[in-house]
Amino acid sequence: MDLKLKVWRQDNAGDVGRFEEYQARDISPDMSFLEMLDVVNEGLIGSGKEPIAFDSDCREGICGSCSMVINGTAHGGQKGTTACQLHMRHFSDGMTITIEPWRATAFPVHRDLVVDRTAFDRIQQKGGFISVRTGSVPDANAIPVSKDESDLAMDAAQCIGCGACVAACKNASAMLFVAAKISHLSLVPQGQPERERRALAMVKQMDDEGFGNCTVTGSCEAVCPKEISLDFIARMNREYGRALIKKGTV
Amino acid sequence: MELRNSIDGGRGLYDTFAQSMDFITGIFKTSLGRKYLMAITGAGLFGFVVMHMLGNLLVFAGPAAINEYAAKLQALGPLLWVARIGLLGMVGLHIWSALKLTSENREARTVEYEAAAEPVDAHRRDDIVAKFAARTMIFSGLIIAAFAFYHLAHYTWKVPQINGASADFESFYVAEDFVTPLEGGVEGKDHADIFKMIVTGFKVPAVSVFYVVAVGLLCVHLSHGLSAMFQSLGFKNKNLAPWMDRFAMGASALIFIGYISIPVSVLAGFIIIK
Repeated sequence: MDLKLKVWRQDNAGDVGRFEEYQARDISPDMSFLEMLDVVNEGLIGSGKEPIAFDSDCREGICGSCSMVINGTAHGGQKGTTACQLHMRHFSDGMTITIEPWRATAFPVHRDLVVDRTAFDRIQQKGGFISVRTGSVPDANAIPVSKDESDLAMDAAQCIGCGACVAACKNASAMLFVAAKISHLSLVPQGQPERERRALAMVKQMDDEGFGNCTVTGSCEAVCPKEISLDFIARMNREYGRALIKKGTV
Repeated sequence: MELRNSIDGGRGLYDTFAQSMDFITGIFKTSLGRKYLMAITGAGLFGFVVMHMLGNLLVFAGPAAINEYAAKLQALGPLLWVARIGLLGMVGLHIWSALKLTSENREARTVEYEAAAEPVDAHRRDDIVAKFAARTMIFSGLIIAAFAFYHLAHYTWKVPQINGASADFESFYVAEDFVTPLEGGVEGKDHADIFKMIVTGFKVPAVSVFYVVAVGLLCVHLSHGLSAMFQSLGFKNKNLAPWMDRFAMGASALIFIGYISIPVSVLAGFIIIK
């Protein structure tokens, strides 16, 4: 199949950037979206031009590196799918595909489609962990966890931190990400000692990074490649209220 | 510790005070805290909208019913002022947090996407793109606030220049039976003729149209706000969400019908001054 690509090109963080158009010829419908970009880049390198910079790592939908907005939709809009797992068979021959980086003040564009997502790392560093002795491996089942709660914690823990929630939200809100991280650890016994401190500190860092606020549109949930539920945002709202009453400040 | 002891002799008052201050900071200065404020004040204002509508609907029971109801409200005296100040406070907090949150949202996303959302699964577009009511909350909200100000000037402060009816509502009073018109009534002493004010007011088509448009926007606002309120306060989940959404839509529709039934009935000649 042949496609026309309209791609955001930006030389560095200070560059104003612009859209450039490329032809993608002889693309196999079985290629992934990133493989299609690899083919286009081979062509660009061959003709002495700069290849399109984009993030990728595992290419099996679990690392959360590939961040791009395809036709106005984070990760392209297939249910529960990252851009690297999106295949070209979902596009039609001859169509124009617009590819843009995540757009959020808290995620400045580094180059082309690559954005700086260290804001997420800084939020995680404020409490997305548990402080425990990390010596020898503990016995299995030494700490009882109920099935319901462990299932729910695992649902939240699926978040790969790709940032699609921020990219899709009209307010560039990171609440789905932060909610998943806060909920995940608040549901298991290991997360209890730091439960209040975690909720307060992570929410504060989220605000400080300049993400927007949730207006409950559900866009984040719809584009999330791990289908993190909006329920976790409600859970975060409860966790935060609980922490405010019990602890008040970090 | 030294500071604490010097303040309250170690009785723990300092801790209590510090914790209360942290709580207030946590509500007013954080994203989630302001969302709580939006939700709680929104719930309070929704309560007012429902009560106000139920009171207004007494117009269908005739002049005596609504005029007596209004007289009883007036007779509450200081309590009425407590309610008014409470409402004003809720409106103030609701608007303040809305402006604050909206300006943060604008700053968080300064560059819009070039392409309109066209997901490869076309049917998922409706889930991905924010709904009209959700996208326009600040506009519907501010227009409703402007209308509410006009509405107060129209019926509460009775500014004659804006009612378009070439009548001064300030001169509409009734006798003790709540029906017989009273010439030369005195504010605060005699009962206001609310029934006559409503009929005269809504007989002006432009006033009625503005009213219907504002109530329509209020219902668009509530159709999103009432369901988002549960989420902001942490009550929503996948089992309850469909019911909360139905409640939001149903309540908005009932409020719309309830409110517009009055100007429509007046213009259609169904409610007349006998």
